Amino acid sequence: MGLAVASITILTLLFLDFSATIHACLGWMTRLQFIPAVLSFSVGIIIFLIVFTLLFGRVYCSVICPLGILQDFISWFRARVKKNRFSYSKPLIGLRYTMLVVTLAAIIFGLASFVAFFDPYGAYGRIASSLFAPVYQWGNNVLAYFSERAGSYAFYNVDIWMKSVSALLVAAGTLVVIALLSWRNGRIYCNTICPVGTLLGVLSRFSIFKLVIDVEKCIGCNLCVRNCKSSCININEKKVDYSRCVMCMDCIETCKFEAMRYVYSFKKATQRLTEKENASSRENTSRRVFLSSVGLLAVSGILEAQEKVAEGGLAVIEDKKIPKRDTPVKPPGSQSLRNFSSHCTACGLCVSICPNQVLRPSSDLMHFLQPEMSYEKGYCRPECIKCAAVCPTGAIHEISAVEKSALKIGTAVWIRENCVVITDGVNCNNCARHCPAEAIQMLPIEPDNPKSKKIPVIDAERCIGCGACENLCPARPFSAVYVEGIENHRAI
Amino acid sequence: MRKNNTINRKDFFKTLGSATVASLATAYGCSPKKTQFSTAAISLDDLSSMKMEYRQNPNSDDKVSLLGYGCMRLPTKKISETEREIDQETWNNLVDLSMEKGVNFFDTSPMYCRGKSEQALAIALEKYPRNRYFLSTKLSNFRPDTFSREASLSIYRDSFKALRTDYIDYYFLHAVGLGGMKRFKARYIDNGIMDFLQKEREAGRIRNLGWSFHGDVKVFDYLLETGIKWDFVLIQLNYIDWKHASGININAEYLYLELTKRNIPVMVMEPLLGGRLAKMNYYSTRLLKQKEPEASVASWAFRYAGSLPNVLTVLSGMTYKEHLIDNLHTFSPLKPVSEDDIKMLEEIAGMILDYPLISCTECRYCMPCPYGIDIPGVFAHYNKCIIEGIYPQKKEENDYRKLRRAFLIGYDRSVPKLRQANHCIGCGKCIELCPQRIDIPGEMSRIDEYVERLKTEALNQTE
Repeated sequence: MGLAVASITILTLLFLDFSATIHACLGWMTRLQFIPAVLSFSVGIIIFLIVFTLLFGRVYCSVICPLGILQDFISWFRARVKKNRFSYSKPLIGLRYTMLVVTLAAIIFGLASFVAFFDPYGAYGRIASSLFAPVYQWGNNVLAYFSERAGSYAFYNVDIWMKSVSALLVAAGTLVVIALLSWRNGRIYCNTICPVGTLLGVLSRFSIFKLVIDVEKCIGCNLCVRNCKSSCININEKKVDYSRCVMCMDCIETCKFEAMRYVYSFKKATQRLTEKENASSRENTSRRVFLSSVGLLAVSGILEAQEKVAEGGLAVIEDKKIPKRDTPVKPPGSQSLRNFSSHCTACGLCVSICPNQVLRPSSDLMHFLQPEMSYEKGYCRPECIKCAAVCPTGAIHEISAVEKSALKIGTAVWIRENCVVITDGVNCNNCARHCPAEAIQMLPIEPDNPKSKKIPVIDAERCIGCGACENLCPARPFSAVYVEGIENHRAI
Repeated sequence: MRKNNTINRKDFFKTLGSATVASLATAYGCSPKKTQFSTAAISLDDLSSMKMEYRQNPNSDDKVSLLGYGCMRLPTKKISETEREIDQETWNNLVDLSMEKGVNFFDTSPMYCRGKSEQALAIALEKYPRNRYFLSTKLSNFRPDTFSREASLSIYRDSFKALRTDYIDYYFLHAVGLGGMKRFKARYIDNGIMDFLQKEREAGRIRNLGWSFHGDVKVFDYLLETGIKWDFVLIQLNYIDWKHASGININAEYLYLELTKRNIPVMVMEPLLGGRLAKMNYYSTRLLKQKEPEASVASWAFRYAGSLPNVLTVLSGMTYKEHLIDNLHTFSPLKPVSEDDIKMLEEIAGMILDYPLISCTECRYCMPCPYGIDIPGVFAHYNKCIIEGIYPQKKEENDYRKLRRAFLIGYDRSVPKLRQANHCIGCGKCIELCPQRIDIPGEMSRIDEYVERLKTEALNQTE
């Protein structure tokens, strides 16, 4: 369906577009996703989705859920070679409902990290931001290369770097598993593990518009059964298991006898349809047109080396090591460690959008794959509020730049042994000079000596934890100033 | 053939015809439009008829080409991601062309091109007899650990080895004036090097002894009063520095006049102010091109410097062949600048000075910065943006968004993020190395503040 293609394209682009241009008008699509809506307690959206499913069945799973659409794509691909490969199977009730109950419990107890693992939107988001985004960025860098040659500023180079090994492995693993499952069994994930699928399945059982088999027309050829991705058509009893049907409408398309109909029906599934219903239902069926989804540019990008060698040479700059923090730093707007970890579905949207390379998925098991901040590549610039603007689950609440300027997310700490004033004996005030909160002052080591070198002193009550000091400190590989997170953010 | 002494009609017309043709040809050939700049100065064809201008050294028989080849900015080629080395083949070709067209003065130093300049020059000049060119090099002992007598002597002797010669035509005390009298004494007097070099001159291993000057005028005045006979002095001279020298530099007018008073020949360095007088804003370019449409912008700076009668040679670091060819055109022979020309150049100097440009000549003496900043890179980007008008001052400007984008993206393209101005810690190690004595940390701070205001879109806020 064109709608499904458009949906997954836009959702993928939301993860790829690092300039955050399309998020202004299309960012709402992430908020329409079920788990994010639940986590952010968006009552309106939850009600809308419930009502929608009660009316039309699990259309969500075919048109809104990106992981579902991805599975459809893989399944369709496989079907081109091996046609009619499905068969009816009984539902795995135990597994489904266990998953649903466990997920609900996790949400209630604030273990969003667990939920994140099985959230189809989160899973797709991780795949998009860990696997697809680097390819997109390569393509962008190729365009930036030519753009520079042409003297144009239309495209600019972006840093491609692995933000988290674990996130990459999890995303790759998820993709492989999902691909295998849909290659072999269509939508088996959606009907056995996915908590959203199970929940919507409970509702779709009572949907007002249903798939109905016309017993008069059906000759039992099993063509629909063999094309049913959810393996939910029981042709012997001429019944469709509505709790598993994802409303892909493949069965309607394949039936040569027009025996499968999508009709308004309060009646039982096998009832004979009246002439009137026959006529109107014919108008309801429609041919699907398959459009190709986002074409990924498989371009091997050339990262242009921007090192210019001077006559006098360029000093080698060592990489900065990431400091070990007792408390991780979480983005401004996340309000507290607890709020963040109980709402974040680890979709990676904020990670993809962060223009300063600050956010990255955590490998800490307690907050596995939920983002945290580090400042070795950039710092949380005062004017940027992108992560808060795009977060669909309310893990990062929306804030304004003004609010951000007085919002404390951490405290800078000075490490004497690393400071170049002490180790190299040079004058340095880079941390103090760039602190947007004016929280760092330079004071002489020897107060009575007018020629004394100065060291930075940090006023913890003024520091907002933006990381400018950590980023711009020249001490390498261990920075002399770094930011410790705080458990509860506050305005100062 | 005339039968009587009258010309018949046929002959008359024949004569008239050929006379017309002849006079037309002569007229065409002598047309005032055909100056030496009437062909684009990038081809060699018309050079064959031109002759390099020479100046006579008043103290010897030397006829020095007015165009001197500066060997600080030799052509290089990339050998790895971060390393470049001298492109000897290209350099050989450049030297061959310049020798062929009459350049006979080559100025180098033991520290240029990371120490490789002297030997690269020697290789390029190998094929020529020693008496066909003049070699000039310097005692470049900038770091305090080379002030000792032994260290200075070994720098001196190494130059002879690198240049493969047993005499040096012009030997300089390099960059006298930086660090004031104190440093001068430490470098040359306390270790007896000044005496040593004079003895070398007596012995004939140095033919002409002089110095190059940057900085403290006290040292300049002192040296002129010592009673030592100086054979030449090298100063920074161009139409901006003549009366508007910036930073620690002294007005070239003063320096030139003092030297001329004492009959000391003047050599010129930075005639193009590190390249800043080769490419300028649109309006100034128009002014220059209006007068000489086919002359390069750079030619004016050279003509200005070479017009002064006491100038022995004008040094130019011609890295590229097209620059060499353009200079050959300019100097073969040099067409002096008129009073009007000088007024125009003064106007242009004023315009250039109005821009908040940083007076960096990209000499790279400051590199490598111990904390990795690409100092010349940052300054070059900033200067370029100012000259090209990519320097928005107010958010209400018409092209604000476009200019902001151009500035910031261009910045990231020219200088890697970790080497940009915001990483300068102000340790000040570079200040004492800079011949222009630019307040490098101060300028870095200024650029950083501007960039921050651009990024946070807070341009309208003043401090």
